[in-house]
Amino acid sequence: MTETQIPTEQRLDIRLNVNGVLRTATVTPRRLLSDCLRHDLGLTGTHVGCEHGVCGACTIRVDGKPMRGCLMFAVSAQGHEITTVEGLADADGTMHPVQQAFRECHGLQCGFCTPGFLTVVSAFLEENPTPTEEEAREAISGNLCRCTGYQNIVKSVLRAAEITHERRAEQAEGDAR
Amino acid sequence: MKPPAFRYHAPTDLAEALDALDGVGHDGKVLAGGQSLIPMLNMRLAAPAHLVDINGLAELSYVRTDPGGVAVGALARHAEVEADEAAHAVVPLLRQGLRLVAHPVIRNRGTTVGSLAHADPSGEMTAVLALLGGSMTLARKGATRTVAAEDFFLGPLESCIEPGELAVAAYFPRLPGRTGTEFVEIARRHGDYAMCGVAAAVTVDDDLRITSARTAYLSLSPVPLVLDLTDALIGRTADTAEWNDAATLAGASLEPEPDIHATAEYRAQLARVLTVRALRTATERAARVEPNPTAPSTTDERSA
Repeated sequence: MTETQIPTEQRLDIRLNVNGVLRTATVTPRRLLSDCLRHDLGLTGTHVGCEHGVCGACTIRVDGKPMRGCLMFAVSAQGHEITTVEGLADADGTMHPVQQAFRECHGLQCGFCTPGFLTVVSAFLEENPTPTEEEAREAISGNLCRCTGYQNIVKSVLRAAEITHERRAEQAEGDAR
Repeated sequence: MKPPAFRYHAPTDLAEALDALDGVGHDGKVLAGGQSLIPMLNMRLAAPAHLVDINGLAELSYVRTDPGGVAVGALARHAEVEADEAAHAVVPLLRQGLRLVAHPVIRNRGTTVGSLAHADPSGEMTAVLALLGGSMTLARKGATRTVAAEDFFLGPLESCIEPGELAVAAYFPRLPGRTGTEFVEIARRHGDYAMCGVAAAVTVDDDLRITSARTAYLSLSPVPLVLDLTDALIGRTADTAEWNDAATLAGASLEPEPDIHATAEYRAQLARVLTVRALRTATERAARVEPNPTAPSTTDERSA
């Protein structure tokens, strides 16, 4: 490529499965997944903090696994199931156990970091439904809260595990009747 | 904090990827997990004209364990290698090092081969590959070569991968029987780059006397540094070893550079202390590893 040549930036039509809905967008390949979710798809629940993978605010779930939205390109996310914070609650509006726990335990102050914590913790509790406090701290170690509300966030993780069990027990009781 | 423009290539198999890399040559960069590359793009520290995304190459997404070691394909994520029980049984140092690579969320996306290709002297996997005497397989259109770890790393963020080449796999060989390993590091914050890290491998005989002791260092030199500390420990057991002799011997070969995170003196002190910790644990573990390397021990859990 010579210096005088002005390149026309490539644009690609992409299809993304976000929270169970097939969405389409036309993006440049350098479009970060976090920006695509926010600006192209209007899903502003995913927050953008540091944009180099340190703060964890943009964490989303890709095929169930938490990953940084700012360290993926939207074009690379095609063919995968993406879950954002908007996809955590049930269709009828019932909060996800992690969301309910954060509300009950004051796990958020300004709320900026919260979407990243919710996605990380929701995945963590599926892998480890009965964490110790130490395991809970390890699980959230990649997310920063600049209100430094970590004590209540740790409590929220443990409470979310309880709520999950409570709901399961209620469900089982309901089924038995 | 947005990446510069690039031309995107999304090959669906290895042949297509090598064609694409061959076509773009010097202007091309491979995108695997992107957990080092994308931050560099976002901060505009790198601006390749072409990115060849290998995330569609399912054929490179493997962790294959045989009695001789573990082969890791270019698309195997750190988390997959870390969780692989067969790999852990044969090369426990892999999991011991991987649990220290950034945070779990980064390990879900980042690839082990990618972090080796990135050749960051603070990267845990560079020390693991160097200590084990592993190798990298590099492919280009029409040719494949295997490069030993000692020839692979050329300098900070510099490997011997040439334009048009793709690192397709890494091989982590199994250590001899009665060899224990450990990986320790100290970082300012949990999950951050380590100011110093030490990987150790110690072999003992049937009387549990040390016959070989080797260490590899992170964040202390431009390329992973491997030291043989056998002279300071030979014939000793975990109970009679003079660990500080080994630390002194190691210290004589280390020339850390100061930076904003630590002075050279502090880094050297960390290296000596971590050398002792890593060697001691590795020696204790060695006693529990079967003498016959074809019968993998499963007792060498890191929680031990």
